[in-house]
Amino acid sequence: MNLSKSEYERLYQKKSPNSPLWKDMLWAGAVGGLICTIGQMVSNFYQGRGLDTEGTAAATAITMVFLGALLTGVHLYDKVAKHAGAGTIVPITGFANAIVSPAMEFKSEGLVLGLAAKLFVIAGPVLVYGISASVIYGLLLFWMGG
Amino acid sequence: MAKRIGKRTIRFDKPPAILASAAIVGEKEGQGPLGTFFDVVSQDSHFGQKSWELAESEMQKKTIALAAEKAGVQLSGLDCILAGDLLNQCVGSSMASVEAHVPFLGLYGACSTMAQGMAVGAALIDGGAVRKAAAAASSHFCSAERQYRFPLAYGGQRPPTAQWTATASGAAVLAESGSKVQITHAVFGEMVDMGVKDANNMGSAMAPSACDTLEHLFEDTGTKPTDYDRILTGDLANVGADLLVTLLRDDGIDITPVYSDCGSMLYGEDQDAHAGGSGCGCSAAVICGHILREMEEGRLKKVIFAGTGALMSPTSIQQGQSIAGICHAVVIERK
Repeated sequence: MNLSKSEYERLYQKKSPNSPLWKDMLWAGAVGGLICTIGQMVSNFYQGRGLDTEGTAAATAITMVFLGALLTGVHLYDKVAKHAGAGTIVPITGFANAIVSPAMEFKSEGLVLGLAAKLFVIAGPVLVYGISASVIYGLLLFWMGG
Repeated sequence: MAKRIGKRTIRFDKPPAILASAAIVGEKEGQGPLGTFFDVVSQDSHFGQKSWELAESEMQKKTIALAAEKAGVQLSGLDCILAGDLLNQCVGSSMASVEAHVPFLGLYGACSTMAQGMAVGAALIDGGAVRKAAAAASSHFCSAERQYRFPLAYGGQRPPTAQWTATASGAAVLAESGSKVQITHAVFGEMVDMGVKDANNMGSAMAPSACDTLEHLFEDTGTKPTDYDRILTGDLANVGADLLVTLLRDDGIDITPVYSDCGSMLYGEDQDAHAGGSGCGCSAAVICGHILREMEEGRLKKVIFAGTGALMSPTSIQQGQSIAGICHAVVIERK
């Protein structure tokens, strides 16, 4: 074998099948859209029961996170996510999945060093950078007098 | 005494015999095209244990015990156990042999571990250091996932080049004599790093090492692919196997008439295993459950088993290091 690393890279890239982008995007759009439609139905339900805008948003988020956690617990979320990809990761249910799945997985190492220590192993970066970004945004808003 | 021929190959003057072999697999592997060849297909992926790591140890322990039983050898009659797996510190295998009270050598060669164990075992036996040894390897989808990738219930997506870690274990009992099926040659491979960094494309990372080892074997022994009934790699899966065929063809060697890859053989097209199987247990189970049985029954006479490993860790991948491949090969003949 007399290929250089770059020649080999060209060869294996050619031989490696790409993800079926159109199919993946269709799945992601359909499932993501379905989750958002359910979210809207939940939101309408709470609004219909007399909650104000802020209360409705909080109650909807709580309900969707619960549903995401429940479906993760019964191993249904990952089965759908296998096809849906970003369609299940992006909505708030995906956040619940990212927290609950390590909790289930690592409880075999104990409640402290397993479950608790690994709870944010996937969602941690989202929290760190999400909270950091919101702090920076808040400071900018404060300084700019918004 | 074993003799070095050519640049890499070891020829065994008194080829160690493979007395018996056994393979235990999980449910998904049992549903694959080779399902009927395995000794045990466990419907319980926990193997009666409370953690995935213990489950893997239990599976390997049972496989070694079964291979010894089929060979008519007591576990205490073994001079050593050579075993490996994918878990950190090779703990799956060491725990599997705790109760055996037999000298133990833990091996790490990723998916090449079974071939590595057979080659080391054969060298120890031919050199007179060991009379009887068991070589074993295992992997468990659930213990590998949590160590290398994500929690099982996490909703992630895999690319088509990814491989599926097999829940499987294989073991073979080697001895000075006592069987027509014998290991005649072995090649220990070198680390080959062609700069592949994608842990979801291990076939591409390993194919160059398989090419290197097989070319040395052909050159050192003066043989060509058609001198063998089967050439098996494990586990390059579909992407890596295609690359190996191309790399060898570019060097004027055509292995296609006799070539198969254990990772491509283990699962069916409809089993959602992407590029194919991987993990130490994949090639171990295909060789110990299927190929060695074919040799015992005389349907195959001369086989190359070239185990291929992608040597990396989650840390090395996160640090952006490339994945080096390794390939150890043994020639198994029915005399």
